[in-house]
Amino acid sequence: MQSFDTITPLARAAVPDASTRFAPELVLWEDAIPGGAHWSGRVNRGTTLRFTDTHGAANLSALFFNFELMSERYNMPDTVKAQHTAFLTRGHALYSDMGRVLCSIPEDSCGWHDTVCGLLDATRSQAKYGEARYQEHRNAMHRNGRDGMLIELGKWGLGKRDLIANVNFFSKAVADEDGVLRFDAAHRQPGQYVDLRFEMDALVVLSAAQHPLDPTPTYDPKPVQVTAWRSGTAGADDVCRHSCAENGRGFINTERWFL
Amino acid sequence: MPIQIVESSLAPSQAVLDQVCAAGEPWMGRVAKGQVLRITDLEGNQAVDALFYNAADPSERYSLTHTIQARGALYLGMGTQIMSSEGRPLLTIVADTCGRHDTLGGACACESNTVRYALEKRYMHSCRDNFLTAIARDAASLTPSGLTKRDIVSNINFFMNVPVTPQGKLSFEDGISAPGKYVEMRAEMDVVVLVSNCPQLNNPCNAYNPTPVRFLVWDA
Repeated sequence: MQSFDTITPLARAAVPDASTRFAPELVLWEDAIPGGAHWSGRVNRGTTLRFTDTHGAANLSALFFNFELMSERYNMPDTVKAQHTAFLTRGHALYSDMGRVLCSIPEDSCGWHDTVCGLLDATRSQAKYGEARYQEHRNAMHRNGRDGMLIELGKWGLGKRDLIANVNFFSKAVADEDGVLRFDAAHRQPGQYVDLRFEMDALVVLSAAQHPLDPTPTYDPKPVQVTAWRSGTAGADDVCRHSCAENGRGFINTERWFL
Repeated sequence: MPIQIVESSLAPSQAVLDQVCAAGEPWMGRVAKGQVLRITDLEGNQAVDALFYNAADPSERYSLTHTIQARGALYLGMGTQIMSSEGRPLLTIVADTCGRHDTLGGACACESNTVRYALEKRYMHSCRDNFLTAIARDAASLTPSGLTKRDIVSNINFFMNVPVTPQGKLSFEDGISAPGKYVEMRAEMDVVVLVSNCPQLNNPCNAYNPTPVRFLVWDA
């Protein structure tokens, strides 16, 4: 069975010996996404996005696409079944539907990021929080995850057919033995952060709208700090590469795309 | 929701469609609003990967996140509304003698098989290959303008057992289905059904033995 030890010397030479730890001098740019707002952009291979929940109650909905071929996209089932996990944290890889790692999580102070609950949409937002239009509320108008994602997808020529099961960073929903889901806010703390290291050039689509199961009774989405820093890709010693044999193979698939 | 077993009163002799789908094959068909579709696990513990589309506009399609949100729970069973990406019910499960169905496990594919099992296992037959065969062959005649890979989204796995623990662990377990178990659903709009009768041999989703399933459709 092929592994990192049996791929060719040329393939192995393309992988850094070690992964890079964060340092302030590696920062490329920083931005704060206001609560409820949406963003999308190109994030290149070797860049890490550090998301920080500054207030301790944020939700960041996210989707990822291979920038070179956007029909290749984040695939939740391939991600959860390869790693035998229903949530994401340090050591996990976010897989595309083509067996490649779009990004991975080498650092996470939060411990659980949801990837099964989907997006808050206009219908559910209206039912939970009522209506707040631009006319009366200007930029404090109510925003929801689905509409925010569709706006950003549209900017790249994508649309409803590309809206698939997303990640919800900083949110935790626990299933009991009957599969009934309960939002768990106990883990939330101001300052929690998660690093997403990009192993491929990616289109990243984000919405900081509330989680669909957020029990907060009011419309109150929180901001997320985004810090882009130059990390390089996963080293030969990397925690995500080694967290399971499956990921070892996933990284080989990914690195092969760039050989 | 606790497992609920509910039998159907419909007689196969009254069905307007009765087809067996061999192990490892795709199946694609149209079910009109009000019709009832039954999928029978003939030999037990077969995974049936299924997708549903609004026949008039397939950009509206099965959504696992809408289904999970509507139910407030991860597993599908009796009474489940199989929800679309527009937040509307595509079908409703009206009878179920298996009790629990999955929607987190997705479909197998050559590419994910290289990750899950071995790089060398890329060439084994897979559900995604089935989906692509079916849409290349049949989608043009069943939908207004055909389907592409963008339309292949994460599916339901009827009869498959993928429990999630409160600690967030997920595993493919031996199935809880058995020979003759079935799940029956009523179409709430005209739908196109895309199925792969899963050929996976590397995990217990098919009890390591892919087997045929039977499709029955009754008029409203």
